[in-house]
Amino acid sequence: MASRTPLYDRHLAAEATFTEFAGWEMPVRYEGIRAEHEAVRSSVGLFDVCHMGRLEVAGSDARALVSALTTNDVDELDPGDAQYSLETDEDGVVVDDTVVYRLPADADADYLFVPNAGHVDEARSRWTAVRDERGLDATVRDVSDERGMLAVQGPDAPDVLADRTDASVADLPRFAARNAAVADVECFVSRTGYTGEDGFELLCPADDVERLWDDLADACRPCGLGARDTLRMEMGYLLSGQDFDPETNPRTPYEAGVGFAVDLDHDFVGRDALGRQREMGVEECFVGLVLEERGVPRHGYAVAADPDGERLIGELTSGTLSPTLDEPIGLGYVDVAYADAGTTVHVVVRGDAKRARITETPFV
Amino acid sequence: MTFDVPDDCYYLESHEWYRPADGRVGITDFAQDELGDVVFVELPDAGAAVAAGEQFGVVESIKAVSDIYAPVDGEVVAANEGLADRPELVNDDPFGEGWFLELDGVPDDATDALLTPAEYREQIE
Repeated sequence: MASRTPLYDRHLAAEATFTEFAGWEMPVRYEGIRAEHEAVRSSVGLFDVCHMGRLEVAGSDARALVSALTTNDVDELDPGDAQYSLETDEDGVVVDDTVVYRLPADADADYLFVPNAGHVDEARSRWTAVRDERGLDATVRDVSDERGMLAVQGPDAPDVLADRTDASVADLPRFAARNAAVADVECFVSRTGYTGEDGFELLCPADDVERLWDDLADACRPCGLGARDTLRMEMGYLLSGQDFDPETNPRTPYEAGVGFAVDLDHDFVGRDALGRQREMGVEECFVGLVLEERGVPRHGYAVAADPDGERLIGELTSGTLSPTLDEPIGLGYVDVAYADAGTTVHVVVRGDAKRARITETPFV
Repeated sequence: MTFDVPDDCYYLESHEWYRPADGRVGITDFAQDELGDVVFVELPDAGAAVAAGEQFGVVESIKAVSDIYAPVDGEVVAANEGLADRPELVNDDPFGEGWFLELDGVPDDATDALLTPAEYREQIE
């Protein structure tokens, strides 16, 4: 049976439509994806993201363990800093993407990272295996059940939080975090998100998450996974398990367009393979495109060079009608020869090749 | 939540309706609510033949693609061109302005195999 977050009853009471996602029964929408999407772009939305994982790393070798398992440069992080990072295997294939936090000095642990939903157990076993292999002094603790996690996203997010806390959160830089009481709930507040808008993610004790949700829901529009997906697609952000998947669509960070999160100057699992690929270059890379004929790009649709749809050059991994642009947008991998913005390609929609234009991301 | 199930239509289990009075076909209020915001509808051209129980087009919401099935045999007299620019009509008025096809040559006994409004109401409750 699918897992439920502590907010399941709230979603049920709000008559949300549910979907199963990565083993979780989650709200896909309340009123409608378009209205929720627009709320985040123009005012502020509230997301239940308790389905994401939360793993804490502590101990004298915590930094060494995080560094061994993530591609980005952990040494750049001061207490209260966060960074986007990737976990890769020995072949340099992305197994998951994550945000790594260096916790404030007064915290119980040293680092926190947030694996995607459904990846928590596998992450914990990888991390403990590497710890044991390398004889590191570190604990990896799954605190997903102890902490709730909400996202408050949109241009009005700083005002919403400022109304509910005495701590200064409006001055938090992007990818910085601090402890703060929000609506009288002790939270770890970070200026991060997955929507492309200004906003915050809040971790709090699981027992308080309903109270925090109720208070924030007075000022924010509750949003489901549907809007979360269209918002991230408009930004060209990857969705783990869909835009890359070590089993069904193995991709390296350079192919997936997230080479910026790879620091080859430190030793991590996958570095040697990535160092070689960095030299050799990639054959396919992650691009955005806009369909210029009527239709909607979707996961799995083929991309062709010619209008007959015969010379295949890639495949889409995500797509939708962009609620902001009202244009059909897609994300996927194409042969690098066709990856420059402005290149005309064709997306095969139910047997018909429809003209599309490779476009820079973010789309909006 | 209660859904509109007009008495002058007959229904498929897959949530399409057929109205004998004007020969029109569309998807139900329940179906549009399940789909969410409709953003694209692909329909056959006038002159095409559709067959009862066979797929004749697709309706796409922001999230997903769904096949749509013909409730009856017939020949397409018109496809609703208004949906090209305003697919949201399917959400706003599924039994009115959000119709999909207008059919001709539908056999007189075609509705025998379809659900009555009462039977369809029972299915979605």
